Amino acid sequence: MKRQSKQSLQNMLAEYKAVTSPNVIHQLEQLAAPLKGAKVLHINSTKEGGGVAEILHKLIPLKQALGIDADWEIINGNQEFYQCTKGFHNALQGMNQSISEKLLRNYEKTNKENAERLNSKLKDADFVFIHDPQPAPLLKLTPKRRGKWIWRFHIDASKPYRNVWKYLREWIIPYDASIFSLPEFAQPLPHPQYIIAPSIDPLSEKNCPLPEHEIDNVFSEFNLDPELPLITQVSRYDRFKDPVGVIEAYKLASKLTPLQLVLAGGGASDDPEGEAVLNEVKQASNGAPNIHVLLLPADANRTINALQRASDIVLQKSIREGFGLTVSEAMWKGKPVIGGDTGGIRLQVIDHYTGFLVRTPEGAALRTRYLLHRRDKLEEMGMRAKRFVRENFLITRHIREYLTLMVGLTSGDDERINVGKS
Amino acid sequence: MTNATGDVQKKLPFAVKDCALITIATGIKVQNLKEFAVALKDVPLGSIYHHFWGRLLRALFDEPEYNNDFASWASRGLHDKSLAEHLSMVIPTDYKDLEGLRQEMVEVVEQHLDESEYVPWAKADQQFHFLKSQIVIFDTGLRYDHPAELVSQIKKLSTGSIYYHFIDARNRTEERHDDFSSWLNGFDGDEFNELTRNLCSMDPYFSSLKEIRLNVSNIFQKFLKKGEQ
Repeated sequence: MKRQSKQSLQNMLAEYKAVTSPNVIHQLEQLAAPLKGAKVLHINSTKEGGGVAEILHKLIPLKQALGIDADWEIINGNQEFYQCTKGFHNALQGMNQSISEKLLRNYEKTNKENAERLNSKLKDADFVFIHDPQPAPLLKLTPKRRGKWIWRFHIDASKPYRNVWKYLREWIIPYDASIFSLPEFAQPLPHPQYIIAPSIDPLSEKNCPLPEHEIDNVFSEFNLDPELPLITQVSRYDRFKDPVGVIEAYKLASKLTPLQLVLAGGGASDDPEGEAVLNEVKQASNGAPNIHVLLLPADANRTINALQRASDIVLQKSIREGFGLTVSEAMWKGKPVIGGDTGGIRLQVIDHYTGFLVRTPEGAALRTRYLLHRRDKLEEMGMRAKRFVRENFLITRHIREYLTLMVGLTSGDDERINVGKS
Repeated sequence: MTNATGDVQKKLPFAVKDCALITIATGIKVQNLKEFAVALKDVPLGSIYHHFWGRLLRALFDEPEYNNDFASWASRGLHDKSLAEHLSMVIPTDYKDLEGLRQEMVEVVEQHLDESEYVPWAKADQQFHFLKSQIVIFDTGLRYDHPAELVSQIKKLSTGSIYYHFIDARNRTEERHDDFSSWLNGFDGDEFNELTRNLCSMDPYFSSLKEIRLNVSNIFQKFLKKGEQ
């Protein structure tokens, strides 16, 4: 990853200070002091698309700004590799999906090639964060490592398909620690399992404030009706995000309340199933004039930002969800969220306070009608949602927990660790 | 007399510390009250600390209905309001240490089981996950010799500092109250007795750390203003 100049990193810290508060940044600086100069390497499987890449794009420069020598690498694989890891993804989220021996051998071979390519960085790092199952074997394939290795798991693995988890677990066991987004996702492993929720970046193009005209532009750009209430779900085209259920909810709600729906998604380069799901969605929408199915490029961050801001309500009707960054993104823009009652969405949507948790398309339709009817509640929930994200789901909280984990890991098993001046 | 750092001393400056807390899964989860009672006896004491105090540094909505995670689960997971009420009135500072607090919790739960016709249970996705935390404490380098110097700075303290000095202190100090009060008690005479009394009478269980910061600041300001008049 290209490093920013020292001045630009300092400016970035100043910007975060303005959005959060000076003592939030001061606390980070103090917490980072004992880690100054530490080599920290993050590895995942894609630079663009999906929440992990999005978080790393900001987490790495923020760590650098705090004096940590942070770096980010991705592992490269062929189509069969991504077919295998998508299979892992589905199986760990509970789908009964077996993976052929051929795909598994290719997965191992790909990791071996990547371990050789990245060898010097892997063995020299003080901390290596491996994100998700794609690069999990790198630890065993780096015998001369010296640092602490942490496996960061981003998806909802509360009920994994056992056969696949049994295979993957063997790669995970030797890690020094693992990180899950929610306690419910943690699995029996012989090392400490930290619980860290993901976060959004308030300064990114996807979340920064936008001028009114840019928000208004999305109506003409996507042929939306500025007079009709707008509900939106922003997500990859993935069955676990239940885009077809959202269309069903829209159809039910629109019988009584005039409205329009935007389904906005892009593909992630490590997701080979996106196209098939997009076709299912198009089929379900059946050309209805007020359902707008958008396939956006990976860098359409400002467009997504504008769509979320232009919406009255944002939906995230997932049936399994590791966290759901789009939930916090919408809440940060003062929108109430109607979310699936599952995984990380529960952490963000406090039922009846920052939005509603639903289990069915009928539930989503009911809550949509209610909020469009009760504008006062909609506004109130939106304001609470923004406050809740400011307190809990900004990247500054995320990095604080990463720093605490790193200090904690280097200090042994003690529950109380004193660092710095005394 | 103990100060913020736990040393025996008189009139040493107030040393502002800060802390960050990270949650760790214990791997212990339960689905019904009987399992809960058994697990409660075995979980690390750090888990009791986490579910009573650590919650204040976690994602928490503004107005929690109950003041500890056990009571919240009894209400939301088990749908047992009376147990939630009993558990929420277990006040941690009434017990000498975390072990004493644990024993009281076990008593409350076992008594409730004795009185129940069936074992309250939760749905599979509402299980109670016992967590613990690791707390990293660091010295901010800030020192204040007198309450008049400290007063203008309280509002600027991080929520981590407020947690450490106002919440964590209750578990750490012999007097079972906040560090500000311990420090004020170190001054000769009774000049700050009223201020200490006001700080000690603040109920911290239903407030966010930001609210606690504001309340502590107001108490200091009010007291010092009164002294000037």
